Amino acid sequence: MKRKSFYVLFVALLLIVLGACSNSSSSDDGGESASGDGKIELFSWWTAGGEADGLDALIEQFKEEHPDIEVENAAVAGGAGTNAKAVLANRMQGGDPPSTFQVHGGDELLAGWVAADKMQPLNDLYEENNWSEVFPQELIDMVSKDDNIYAVPVDIHRGNVVFFNSKVFEDNGIEAPTTWDEFLDVADQLESNGVTPLALGDKNVWPATMIFENILLANLGADDFDKLWDGEIGFDDERVVQSAETFKEVLNYVNDDHSARAWQDASQLVSDGEAAMNIMGDWANGYYLSQDLKPNEDYGWAATPGSEGTFMVITDTFGLPKDINNEDQVKEFLTVLGSKEGQDAFNPMKGSIPARTDTDLSNYGEYATDTIKDFKDASLVASLAHGSAAPEQVVTQVNQAVNIFVTQKDVDQFTTSLQDAVDAGTE
Amino acid sequence: MSKLSTDRLWSLAFILPSILLVGIFIYGFISWTGYVSLSNWHSLIPDYSFSGLSNYAQLFKDFRFQADIRNTLFFTILFIAAVAFIGQLLAVLIDQHIRAESLFRNIFLFPMALSFVVTGVVWQWLLNPSTGVNLLLEKFGISPMWYVSTNVLAGFPVGKIEFGVPVALIAVIIAAVWQMTGFSLAMYLAGLRGIPEELKEAARMDGASEATIYFKIIMPQLRAITMSVIIIMAHISLKIFDLIYAMTGPGANFVTDVPALYMFEKTFRANDYAGGAAISILLLVSVAIFIIPYLLMNRRED
Repeated sequence: MKRKSFYVLFVALLLIVLGACSNSSSSDDGGESASGDGKIELFSWWTAGGEADGLDALIEQFKEEHPDIEVENAAVAGGAGTNAKAVLANRMQGGDPPSTFQVHGGDELLAGWVAADKMQPLNDLYEENNWSEVFPQELIDMVSKDDNIYAVPVDIHRGNVVFFNSKVFEDNGIEAPTTWDEFLDVADQLESNGVTPLALGDKNVWPATMIFENILLANLGADDFDKLWDGEIGFDDERVVQSAETFKEVLNYVNDDHSARAWQDASQLVSDGEAAMNIMGDWANGYYLSQDLKPNEDYGWAATPGSEGTFMVITDTFGLPKDINNEDQVKEFLTVLGSKEGQDAFNPMKGSIPARTDTDLSNYGEYATDTIKDFKDASLVASLAHGSAAPEQVVTQVNQAVNIFVTQKDVDQFTTSLQDAVDAGTE
Repeated sequence: MSKLSTDRLWSLAFILPSILLVGIFIYGFISWTGYVSLSNWHSLIPDYSFSGLSNYAQLFKDFRFQADIRNTLFFTILFIAAVAFIGQLLAVLIDQHIRAESLFRNIFLFPMALSFVVTGVVWQWLLNPSTGVNLLLEKFGISPMWYVSTNVLAGFPVGKIEFGVPVALIAVIIAAVWQMTGFSLAMYLAGLRGIPEELKEAARMDGASEATIYFKIIMPQLRAITMSVIIIMAHISLKIFDLIYAMTGPGANFVTDVPALYMFEKTFRANDYAGGAAISILLLVSVAIFIIPYLLMNRRED
C-alpha cells in the first residue's frame, strides 16, 4: 500500500517535469500560430507619452482600413529600448520573431538583422506603392543593402539641433552661433555673465557623444563623416584631431553636475534660464512644449554650428523578418505604415516628422514644419550616437571613449581608442 | 531486494528531478557561459569558433574593466567594514535594555524591506549636487560633489587607471550601507542575546571593567557572526548591479562602474556576447573565492 502511493507520487513528479518541458515547446508553437491566425504582433519600445499615443493612432488607422486583421501591441518598456532589444535578440535567435519590429535605420538594421540573414527584402512593396518617389533616396540607402530594401521608415528625428533660451540670448545680445569658433566666443561671453553656456546631461553618455559627432560633422561634412565610421578615413586625420580639440574646449563650458543629469534634466536647465544652450535631438522640442514654453518666443533652435544644410537623421523603421507565416498581412501593415495617412496619424502625436516628403503640413507644429522643410533640402547623414552610422559594438566603444575623454581630456588617447573601436567593428 | 536498497532507490527518485533541474539550469548554463566566453561571438550572429582566452586578455587591457576591478575592490572593503562596524555598534546600543527597543530595531531594519532600485533612486535625489542635502550643506559653506566627483583619493597610476578610492563611490557606499546595516544589526543582536548572562556576571565578579568584558568576552563570541556577515555582504557587493544602475550608472570616467553593469551593457547594448560571458565568468570566480572557503569551513565543522 505504502509502496503504491510512493509510486503514484513518483509518476506525478515525472509528469510535472515532462509537462514543464512540453509546455515550453507548445508555447513556442502557440507563438507562431498566433502570428498565423490573422494577428500581427507589433514589437517596439514605445510604451509611454507621445510615442505610445502615436502608436495607438497608427494601429487605429490600420484597423479602419483592415478591420479583419488583428493587431497585437507587443511593446516592451524601459531602458531607452535596451530591454526591448534584449528581448528581440532572444526571440530572433530562438526562431520566434515578432511579425514586425522597430529598429533604427542604418547599421542597427543592416549590420544587425540584415547581416544575420533574418530579414526579407521589400523591393516589391516599394515598387507597388511608388515609395522611391516619396522617400528621399539617401534615406532609402540607410535601409538598403546590395540593391535590396529591407525596411519602411515611419518617422524622422533630427540630431544636429541646438536649442536655446530666447530670453537669455536676448539679455546677452547674442544669436545662435554658426561656427564652432563663434560658439566658443559666445560661450565665453555667457560664462562671464554668469550663465552656464551649454547644458549637458551625460549620465547615459550618449548626449556627450552627440556633441562630439556634431563637431565632427561640422569639420568633415556629411560624406567624410560617413567614411570615418566605415574605416575609410583614419582618426589621425587632422580634422578629427581638430574636432577633438574643439570638443575639449567646449567641455569647459558645460554645467559641473553633467554626469548626474539625464537629457531631460539638461533641457530643464535651458527652460529655467540657468543655461543658454543645449545640443540634443529634436525630441527635446516635445520636452519644451510640455513645459509650456512657446516655440520661437521662449525658446528657439538652429542647426548646430557648421552643420547648416545637413540633416543628421535618426529614423525608426519596420521590416519583414524571415520565418513568419503571415507575410501578406504584415505587408498590408507596412503599406499603411508607409502611407501618407499612416505617417500623418503617427508623427504629430510622437513629435517627430514624417519620413515621406509629401505629407500634409497643416498637421504639424511650428518646430516640425520648420524641420520638414529642412529635411527636403538638406543632405542627410546617419547619426552615430543613435546606432545608425556604425554597428552597436562600435557605438558602445565610442561611448566609452567619450565618457573617459570628458574627464581626462587626453586627445591622443581619445583618437586612438576611437580608431580601435572602429577597427574592431569593421574586422 | 533488501529494504535499504529500495529506500535508496526511492530517495534517489525524489532527488532526481531537482538534480536534473539544477544540473541543467545552473551548472549547464554556467558551462554554456564558459563556452561562449571562449568563442568569437561579438555580434548578433552567433560565432562559436574558438578564440582561446583572447576575450579575457582584452578585458584586462580595457580601461573600463580595470576601473571596475578597482571600484569593486574598494566598494567591497568599505561596504563590509561599515556594515559590520555600524551594525555591531547599533546592536550593542540596542542591547542595553533600552525603552522602545522594538521601535528602534524596526527603524533600523526597515530599509531592508526596500529594493535596491528604490534605494538607488532616493539616494540619487538626496545626494544630487544641485538638490537634496547639498542645499542644506551649502548654508554651512560646503558643497560636496558626491557621485559627480571624478577625483580618486590617494590615487597612483596602475595600468591605465588611477588606483585609489574614487570619491564618487563613497556616495554609493553610503546608500548601500544604509540599506544593509539593519541586516547585520539583526545578526549581531541575535549573537549578543545568545551570550549567557552568567559569563558576563562571572567576569564582573572577577572585577573586569565593562570595556574588558566587551573586548575579551563578547567580541570573541561574535566572531562566527562577523564571519557570516562578511560572507553574505561580500557576495552582495561583488554582484551589485541594481543599486548602481538606478543611482549613478557607470559614472563619468567610470568612477562608479562595476563588472555586473559592464556585463549588462556589453551583452545587451553592444551585442558582444562573448565579452559579456567572459565578465560573467570572472564575476563567478570572484564570488567563488569568498564562498568556497566558507562552505569548506562549514563542512569541516559539521
